Amino acid sequence: MSEQSDTVTNKGSISPGGHGSGSGESPEPVVSGPEKAHVRRAGRAGVVSPWEKSGGQEGTSVKSFGAPHRHATKPLERAEEETLPSRRRFLAGAVGLLGMMAVSSCSWEEFFQQQFQRMTEADLEAVVERLRAEYKEKYGKDFVVGTEGPLDGTLFGYALDIQRCIGCRKCVYACVEENNLARTPEQIQYIRVLRFKDGTMNLEESEIYYDPEEVPEDGYYYMPVQCQHCANAPCTKVCPVRATWTEPDGIVVVDYNWCIGCRYCMAACPYQGRWFNWGEPHVPKEELNTQTHYLGNRPRMKNVVEKCTFCIQRVRKGQYPKCVEACPVGARKFGNLLDPNSEIRKIIETKRVFRLKSELNTQPRFYYFFAT
Amino acid sequence: MERSGFISSAVKRLVTGPPLYYAWVLALLVTAVVGVIAYTAQLKQGLVVTGMTSFVSWGLYIGNFTFLVGVAAAAVLLIIPAYLYEFGPIKEIVIVGEALAVSALMMCMMFVTADLGRPDRIWHLIPGLGILNLPSSMLGWDIVVLNGYLFLNLFIPGYILVRAYQVKEVNMKFILPFILLSIPWAVSIHTVTAFIYNGLAARPFWNASILAPRFLASAFCSGPALIILLFQVVRKYSKFHVKDEALFKLAEIVAVAMAVNLFLAAAEFFKELYSDTHHLAPLEYLYWGFHGKGSLVPWVWTAMAFNIAAFVIFLIPKTRKNFVTLNLGAVLIICGIWIEKGMGLIIPGFIPSPLGRVWEYVPTTIEVLVSMGIWAIGLLILTLILKIIIPIETGEFTRAGRVAA
Repeated sequence: MSEQSDTVTNKGSISPGGHGSGSGESPEPVVSGPEKAHVRRAGRAGVVSPWEKSGGQEGTSVKSFGAPHRHATKPLERAEEETLPSRRRFLAGAVGLLGMMAVSSCSWEEFFQQQFQRMTEADLEAVVERLRAEYKEKYGKDFVVGTEGPLDGTLFGYALDIQRCIGCRKCVYACVEENNLARTPEQIQYIRVLRFKDGTMNLEESEIYYDPEEVPEDGYYYMPVQCQHCANAPCTKVCPVRATWTEPDGIVVVDYNWCIGCRYCMAACPYQGRWFNWGEPHVPKEELNTQTHYLGNRPRMKNVVEKCTFCIQRVRKGQYPKCVEACPVGARKFGNLLDPNSEIRKIIETKRVFRLKSELNTQPRFYYFFAT
Repeated sequence: MERSGFISSAVKRLVTGPPLYYAWVLALLVTAVVGVIAYTAQLKQGLVVTGMTSFVSWGLYIGNFTFLVGVAAAAVLLIIPAYLYEFGPIKEIVIVGEALAVSALMMCMMFVTADLGRPDRIWHLIPGLGILNLPSSMLGWDIVVLNGYLFLNLFIPGYILVRAYQVKEVNMKFILPFILLSIPWAVSIHTVTAFIYNGLAARPFWNASILAPRFLASAFCSGPALIILLFQVVRKYSKFHVKDEALFKLAEIVAVAMAVNLFLAAAEFFKELYSDTHHLAPLEYLYWGFHGKGSLVPWVWTAMAFNIAAFVIFLIPKTRKNFVTLNLGAVLIICGIWIEKGMGLIIPGFIPSPLGRVWEYVPTTIEVLVSMGIWAIGLLILTLILKIIIPIETGEFTRAGRVAA
């Protein structure tokens, strides 16, 4: 854990807008680099962290939240459904074929690539093959680009215990690493941790650049915000080319190869759950996560929108999202809303829960709750 | 044979003109080339070269786009009195207005394209080949109405001018339905553009139903104001005659539109200030500054002062009918509405951000150069169109005349 903390510290902190030439002129200083170190120090400097005493670790280990059943009815996944086993076999044996893909023809194929939902199984196989070759060429690593479809009878939901969150931002950095988020030119972070003074919930008075020696701080509470995976999502509605949509298991995804970069979805999102690669996104080669999904954490290109996918590359294989695993106090809960015995259902049914900006009727599948 | 004859004499007309014409075209070409070079840099590096951020994700490009949609709409709304009520003076203006609409639409499309992160994927918008997300995306609808409007504005004057060139009577039975269609269509382009912003509950500054009416009111100010100036230039440098009366009539329309515009703004001010909710924040940012930030404050008060001053000028008959004050008023309105319906509309929509951050936006040099380049290309298109169509309209440039010459 402390090793991870060190890595995180060096990465600097939130630099929301500070990119390129514009940053120098920005009235608000760009907060980045080691000088704005974070609370993760708390865990390693010999200080006894509150969370170490709390022992609230339940639910953070990797365990399956439900047996994966294949989905049978949704038309979108029908093609995938029939072909998945063969695709897996295909991917397993594909390494030898990589050299056959010529780079020049790749870009041509990329240009004429269809939208994800319109691709046939053969199209998709070819695309995955091409992407793997591209990544191999670019990063010198073998990537897994998964195309796992939604699981039958699964609707993902998330709950965050606002009382337990200590504002350490370990989820933020675990997410950055898991999802291959751009480190430069603009550091993208899917999770924003807002710090509120006790007794207020005014977003405009919240702080994201808090920087104490140790968390939690007296007189404050914390509320991490990420994509809320709304059932009535305003972002997917506005997209002029249907490059973003809600999957049958409730995950709101983006086809990075179909997005035209108009950023209308960013204007439409009430939670700032969407991010844009203003320049060519860069991730150090040694920090790349090669376990990816087509609709998830595969390496991105410049000038397209991206967002939290509940770690689609993990959850469709029965793992928890990385932020759930990373939380040292067990404040993050995840599971299947359709399973009456799931932890998430128990929380929603028995705890005091609320959803952010519920007056907008976005119907998030992301709940905040008070455990006690 | 005949077509090539038209093209060669049209080209001849385009390349001949007084020294001032050459200087004007050259200046536009140079600005356009600088803009294209700046855009190449943007294409290469991505939108990182702009001042836009994940907080303020639209800026100067979309601001200009919004302003120009208004210009395009208003230019054609002048058709209503001209064609339907046979009001003489304005009828002469219509062809010029449509030329302005066409060039404004071209600028709109260039601005939107400049704002796209992936212009290489623009074909994704073509139905069939790609996916145009109708009926749910307002941006999709805007693409439909803008292109339809462009077609109408090329087709209607195109038909009339072809008849004039051939010295034939215009078949009103054929063209009238198109003219009638273009009237609601002009309203629709600005309404749909307003709906792009209006429909977003995440942005309380835009999420007010008064937005579309305000768009139309302000368009009726800036469009005719531009035409007042344009027309004086046209009649000075060509044989195209227009009575002063027509210009004064336009100024009168502007005065009424500005009164409505100011009234609607006041209504919005009242609602926000009196109810004093969280939704006041963007307006506060725009007019007074918010959390110590307020780079738009001087701009928006300038716009307010310009609009009120122009309103007074256009309201009083004496100043309305004096060309010095008339032109001053027109310039004030164009600047005022450009600020109000450009940056003054787009930027506060993003400030504070949905999670309460106040992150300001300042356009970069590249953004300014690209925008100037697009304006230059638009004005060049307008100049060249007018250079061809005005002689046709005045009867100097006809098939018969060309044959005789």
